[in-house]
Amino acid sequence: MISKEIVIAGAGPAGLAAAIEAAKAGAKEVLVVDLNLKPGGQLFKQIHKFFGSSAHRSGTRGIDIGNQLLTEAKEYGVEIWVNSAAVGLFHDRIISIEKGLDSGEKELVNIQAQKIILATGASENVVRFKGWTLPGIMGAGAAQTMINVNRVKPGNKVVMLGSGNVGLIVSYQLMQAGCDVVALIEAAPKIGGYGVHAAKIRRAGVPIYTSHTIIEAKGTERVSEVVIAELDRSWNPIPGTEKVLEADVVTLAAGLKPISDLVRLHDLKCVYNAAFGGWVPKHDRNMESTQPGIYVVGDTTGVEEANTALEEGRLAGVAAAERLGYLTQTDASALKDDIWERLDGLRMGPFGEKRMVAKNQILAAFPECAK
Amino acid sequence: MCMRITEHVILGQEETAKLVEITVDGKPLMAKEGEPILAALLAENMIINRYTVKRKEARGLFCGIGQCTDCAMIVNGKPNVRTCITPVEQGMVIKTQYGVGEGDGEDD
Repeated sequence: MISKEIVIAGAGPAGLAAAIEAAKAGAKEVLVVDLNLKPGGQLFKQIHKFFGSSAHRSGTRGIDIGNQLLTEAKEYGVEIWVNSAAVGLFHDRIISIEKGLDSGEKELVNIQAQKIILATGASENVVRFKGWTLPGIMGAGAAQTMINVNRVKPGNKVVMLGSGNVGLIVSYQLMQAGCDVVALIEAAPKIGGYGVHAAKIRRAGVPIYTSHTIIEAKGTERVSEVVIAELDRSWNPIPGTEKVLEADVVTLAAGLKPISDLVRLHDLKCVYNAAFGGWVPKHDRNMESTQPGIYVVGDTTGVEEANTALEEGRLAGVAAAERLGYLTQTDASALKDDIWERLDGLRMGPFGEKRMVAKNQILAAFPECAK
Repeated sequence: MCMRITEHVILGQEETAKLVEITVDGKPLMAKEGEPILAALLAENMIINRYTVKRKEARGLFCGIGQCTDCAMIVNGKPNVRTCITPVEQGMVIKTQYGVGEGDGEDD
């Protein structure tokens, strides 16, 4: 077994930001592990400009934020293991890593950590309809990875299911990649995401079917036809309203849920929160979970977006560094206050407010925060 | 049919990569070194990676980030390799996986 000061699971915005803050404060052995081949999480497929205030790099593309984080991580001596999954979490802060070796083999490494930060992100929800397992039907994020990271089209004619920001942005990016987006289908009576994204889709002439869903996907070994139908107020398909769309790709953008495998492995106490995508670990204002020394940040603690993930990562990085004696209480408090101010700023407005309420519910569920 | 995106309005021109030869179900294919195997196949519009154990249904790309295992194939004789997170190397021998991949890609 080897030992490290801080081990972070997940090299997305939350994990990298946590590592950078801790290392900046003076922590010496900061290790980030990630199961992907490259660090950066989902930032490198976000080729659009982010929203928010200038303090949050609005107008900056996710891909550029990713590169900036990697540069800073390197500058502060953060160690990153890619192709390495965290597969176990035990008492006394022992974390097991299936480390990817250059030979292509894997080696199990147990690490005794003084602090552990879980930044494992979220996974896409699926929608099950008849034929949903046909090749060509995939998560919207999967299609986004293919077009923006690997630069291959998953097909030519796409039906997008779901009009939240992911559905809207990926639809637009599929068009930028040269795909034909045949239709955008939304079960709710209204578009879910920002109007500015929806306007782009509309201007491009993509038909948007609200109060509609996919009834069936047809095809032999690949989707070729998608049957949609209108929904009544109780979300039931109205007979006779079926339409058949020709498509070789269906992308599912039905929200995300926190990845909580490690959280459950070590019995971090959770609370259910619908607005945040499901079961999320309880935590305090330092992002520390109910297991002392184990912190939870980013989408693992409730699905939001990259900037909040980044700020939560920073919080945990500062808090962990403080506990390790690298920051005085006064210095740490000042840093944490600034971060909370920015987080509050990110959780404002018609979309952000729901997340503010949800985050306060999580904090209130933590025994010490309720006092 | 080539599905590669050579020109992109935001990302610009595709970077040139070293091409290597791999074998897919006995046929040679040129792929970019280091790209996920799945991407190399998708570039040729090949979307089926495996067939399920019981119903022998086709499966392909679903999550694209190594979580769902729908893109598993037999790579250099090893079954259940997630092709969406496994980089292409010169000379790789890739086979469509039937069931759990017993019998090295031949019918189970």
